[in-house]
Amino acid sequence: MAKPMHEHTWRDIEVGSVVLEAGNAKEYKTGDWRTFHPVVDKEHCIKCAVCWMFCPDDAIYKTDEGYYVSDLEYCKGCGICANECTTKCITMVIEEEE
Amino acid sequence: MPERVGMEVSLAAAEAVKLCNVDTVSAYPITPQTHIVEHLSEIVADGELDADFVPVESEQTAMSVCMGAAAVGARTFTATAAQGLALMSEMLFIAANMRLPIVMTIVNRALSGPLSIWNDHSDIMAQRDCGWIQIFAENGQEVFDNIICAYRMAEDRRVLFPAIVNIDGFILSHVVEPHEIVDQETVDTFLPPYEPLHTMHPDKPLTMGAFGMPEIYAETKKAQDEALRDSLPVIQEVWDEWAKVTGRQYKRVETYKLDDAEQAFITMGSLGQTAELAVDELRNQGKKVGLIKIRLWRPFPTDDLRQVFSGLKRLLVVDRAYSFGALTGPVASEMEALLYDVDNRPEIFDFIAGIGGRDVPLGSFIEMFDVAERDSGTEHKQNFYTLEVRE
Repeated sequence: MAKPMHEHTWRDIEVGSVVLEAGNAKEYKTGDWRTFHPVVDKEHCIKCAVCWMFCPDDAIYKTDEGYYVSDLEYCKGCGICANECTTKCITMVIEEEE
Repeated sequence: MPERVGMEVSLAAAEAVKLCNVDTVSAYPITPQTHIVEHLSEIVADGELDADFVPVESEQTAMSVCMGAAAVGARTFTATAAQGLALMSEMLFIAANMRLPIVMTIVNRALSGPLSIWNDHSDIMAQRDCGWIQIFAENGQEVFDNIICAYRMAEDRRVLFPAIVNIDGFILSHVVEPHEIVDQETVDTFLPPYEPLHTMHPDKPLTMGAFGMPEIYAETKKAQDEALRDSLPVIQEVWDEWAKVTGRQYKRVETYKLDDAEQAFITMGSLGQTAELAVDELRNQGKKVGLIKIRLWRPFPTDDLRQVFSGLKRLLVVDRAYSFGALTGPVASEMEALLYDVDNRPEIFDFIAGIGGRDVPLGSFIEMFDVAERDSGTEHKQNFYTLEVRE
C-alpha cells in the first residue's frame, strides 16, 4: 500500500472504495487468526509440494533446502496441508506450544 | 416542440430507457413494475435496442447483474417494487459505496404484511438510507424526463452514484398520459456515452468491493456521504441543462402558489397533482395556502427547504409510509429536524395517508387543512394523524 491504512484520511479514499494497487492484500497479515500451526517433520518429508499446492492461502514457501514450510504471518492454521500431506509428516500443533 | 403522444407511463419509461441506449437491462418481474421491463424486453427482442436483457431468478441477482455490468463500464437499468426492492436491499448499499451509476425505477408499492400490490412509499422509505440518489416523479412526463436526467446525473464524474426514479404504482405507472417523447439525437447530445472512471480490465488490475478494516471503514463511509452531498449542485445543473433542451424545468424542491402562503402542504410523488387542486380550492375560499413538492429526497435538499419555509406558519406534511413506533412519518421527521433550530418555525402537522392503495382525493387535503385549523396551538394536536383510517 502506498501508505499504511491508518494514515489514510477520508479524502484519500478512491472513488468507489476501489483499491488501485493490485495484490496489496499481502500487507494484511492474517497469521494471528490461527489456533493451530503446522510443524513439518523433515525426516519424513519427501519434498513433494502437495502441501504447497493445496494451501488455500498461498502461505507455504520453498526453503533453500527444498523443504516446504508455512509463512506464519499468513498461515491461518486450517490444517489442509497436514490432511493432504503424502507422508503425514505435518502435525498441527496448538499455537501456545512449540 | 415534439409531438405529444398518448402512452401508458410505464411504456414511456421504457422508451426513455431505450433512448438512453443502455447496454444491460436485468430485472425480475413484480407488479406494478412489470410493464416497464416487459416493454423493454420487447424493444430488445425487436432489435430496436442493442442491449443484453438478462432475466434472473430474483431481484438480488438483478441488482448484482447491473453491478457487474456497470463495473466493466456498461450503462445499466433495472426496475422493481416493494418486496423486490426489499430483496435487493443488501446490494443497494454496496452499489452506492462502489459508486456504480445504475439507474432504477421503483414503481412504489406497499410492503407486504398483509400482502398488497397497491401504492404507498413504504418500499422506498425502508431503503431510504441506501445511499442512492432518490428522485420522485409526479406525472408521466416527469418519469420520462427524469430517467434520462438520472443517467446524466449518475454518470457525471462529480457524482458517480446510482439513482432511483420513484413512480407511484398504478396511480402513475398504469395511467395513459400525454408525453413529449424527445428524439434520439437530442438525447444523444444531452447524454454522452458512459465513460467509467474505473473498470475491471486485466490490463489495469484493481480491486472493487474490497474489505474495509476498522482502520479504514469509517473514512470510506464519510467519503461516500460527502460525495453524495456534493452531488446536490450537479443534480440541479443537469435539470437546468434539460430545461435548455426541452423547456421543462425541474428543481430539487418545487413550489406552487407559495409566495404569499401562510400554510403549505408538503408532498412527494403523484400526490402533488391532487394537492395543487386542493390548493386552488382552498385559495378560492380565501385561504392563503401553497404547496411544497420534494422532488429530490436524497441527497436531502436542506438549504432549498429552509428557503421555502420562510414566512410559513403551518406545514401540512403528507407521509405515505409509517415509521413504526417513531414520533412521526419519515418525511415529517425530516421536517421536524430541519426546522428545530429555526426562529419562528412553522407548526408541523403530519398526515399519514394513501397507505396500501387508499385514495387521497382532493377532499382529503381539505380535511387535513380543517384538522390543522382545528387543532393548531391546542392540546389536541397529535404527532401525526391517520384521517383515512376508520375509528
